[in-house]
Amino acid sequence: MTGDRRAAREEARARRSRRGQAIAAISSVVVLGGLAALVLTSPGWAEVRETFFSWAAFKDSFPGVLKGFWLDVKLFLIVEVVVLVLGLVVALLRTSRAPALFPLRLLGAGYCDIFRGIPTILLVYLVGFGIPALQLEGLPTDPVVLGGVGLALSYGAYVAEVYRAGIVSIHRGQHDAALAIGLTESQSMRYVILPQAVRRVGPPLLNDFISLQKDVALVSILGPQEAFRIAQIDASSTFNYTPLIAAALLYLCITVPLARVVDRIGLGVGGQTR
Amino acid sequence: MTSKPVVEIRGVTKAFGEREVLHGIDLEVREHQAVAVIGASGSGKSTLLRCVDLLEDIDDGDIFLDGEVITDPAVDTVAVRRRLGLVFQAYNLFPHLTVLGNVLLGSVRAHDIPRDEAEERGRALLARFGLAGREDDRPDELSGGQQQRVALVRAFASRPRALLLDEVTSALDPELVGDVLEAVRELKAEGMTMLIATHEMSFAREVADTICFLHDGRILESGPPERVLSSPQRPETQRFLRRLLEAGRL
Repeated sequence: MTGDRRAAREEARARRSRRGQAIAAISSVVVLGGLAALVLTSPGWAEVRETFFSWAAFKDSFPGVLKGFWLDVKLFLIVEVVVLVLGLVVALLRTSRAPALFPLRLLGAGYCDIFRGIPTILLVYLVGFGIPALQLEGLPTDPVVLGGVGLALSYGAYVAEVYRAGIVSIHRGQHDAALAIGLTESQSMRYVILPQAVRRVGPPLLNDFISLQKDVALVSILGPQEAFRIAQIDASSTFNYTPLIAAALLYLCITVPLARVVDRIGLGVGGQTR
Repeated sequence: MTSKPVVEIRGVTKAFGEREVLHGIDLEVREHQAVAVIGASGSGKSTLLRCVDLLEDIDDGDIFLDGEVITDPAVDTVAVRRRLGLVFQAYNLFPHLTVLGNVLLGSVRAHDIPRDEAEERGRALLARFGLAGREDDRPDELSGGQQQRVALVRAFASRPRALLLDEVTSALDPELVGDVLEAVRELKAEGMTMLIATHEMSFAREVADTICFLHDGRILESGPPERVLSSPQRPETQRFLRRLLEAGRL
């Protein structure tokens, strides 16, 4: 008797699952097929295929774009490290309560407001052309370095706020408990608050990582031959935009795996509370 | 009562904004004694313990630890807290550290005890309080009763002069209360000086040498448990105890 009920339930569950899969498959074919048909039957498709998806142009430009992309990767890695340190320092200053640090706290708040409020492309431009114009001895003039500085200033402000959000989200009881076992304020930050805060903001930090990886292309406005710049030059000399698609694919090769890492971390250890 | 006072509270007043939480509290806890502060929620019990551990600034009066004033603005608050242990109602264990890590942090970082020595002592203490084998677990893998025992060990590990216990059983399911109370009994039997804020009257009766009834920030009545609990003098105390009796908590 109970065996019958069990078999009936399993049968019903299997039927529901088959039905769900069928609906998902049909719906995918209709939507994706429709979109593909729309593009492929558009009046300009033949021309678009030739100017954006030309295999010959892809093969010609890919080695050069890849070489340029290497500069993007290097710049990304260096700027990211600078951003993580700069953001942490600013966040610690902004969350400190020592009266002596008041002026630095003020500077930190001003920095976050101003540099988050200016478009990154504008900041790269201002730093890239403004600093050399000062004609001061010892300041860098290499556009790659200046572009990196511009990016770091912009992203540092974002990342500082991410860290700060993590720090203030840690329950006050943790701070009380840290003081109660005899830790100083700075020990409490270092051994109790910050380890929890960093764990909590891992996913949003990685998200900013992805964003920075793409925005490295902004440095091209200062002239360095990175992937986007090279693709742009190729495109304008051949009147074929396929090199830009090659550059886009290279960016995706880094950003998509990073996005999967974010997913995994976000779904896993991210939500530790209390 | 010949032992000397470890914690002395003299005329302590504390307000949060306009709201006065403590009005002129006088209380002393002598060496090896346990004083239980009882009273309704919001009567100021937790605030009093937090003031003793210098987690709150007091507005008036003084608190002494081993005869030295600790509420003077010139006093090093960190050094004072290192001589006291505080256990919270909500445990407040560090979730990113293991059970052993929670116990060791204070010993190693605040008391500069060599790691090996602190670890040996920490493991022994955990074993003594029924937590052997749980050293490498995270706090959230433990039951509430186990977490609170870890918190007790954490507060006790650096051999404080006095333990401050803030409603240590209030967040626990009834069947888990016993283990934590047993641990407190053991510390008391060992001669630990304790100031306890509690709702558990049977526990206060058993462990405390003195019970103070706190009502609206004033100690209305204090004395040996049998007197305060069995023949309370003040109508407020009588009413409080009658309510607990009706709720089946006495």
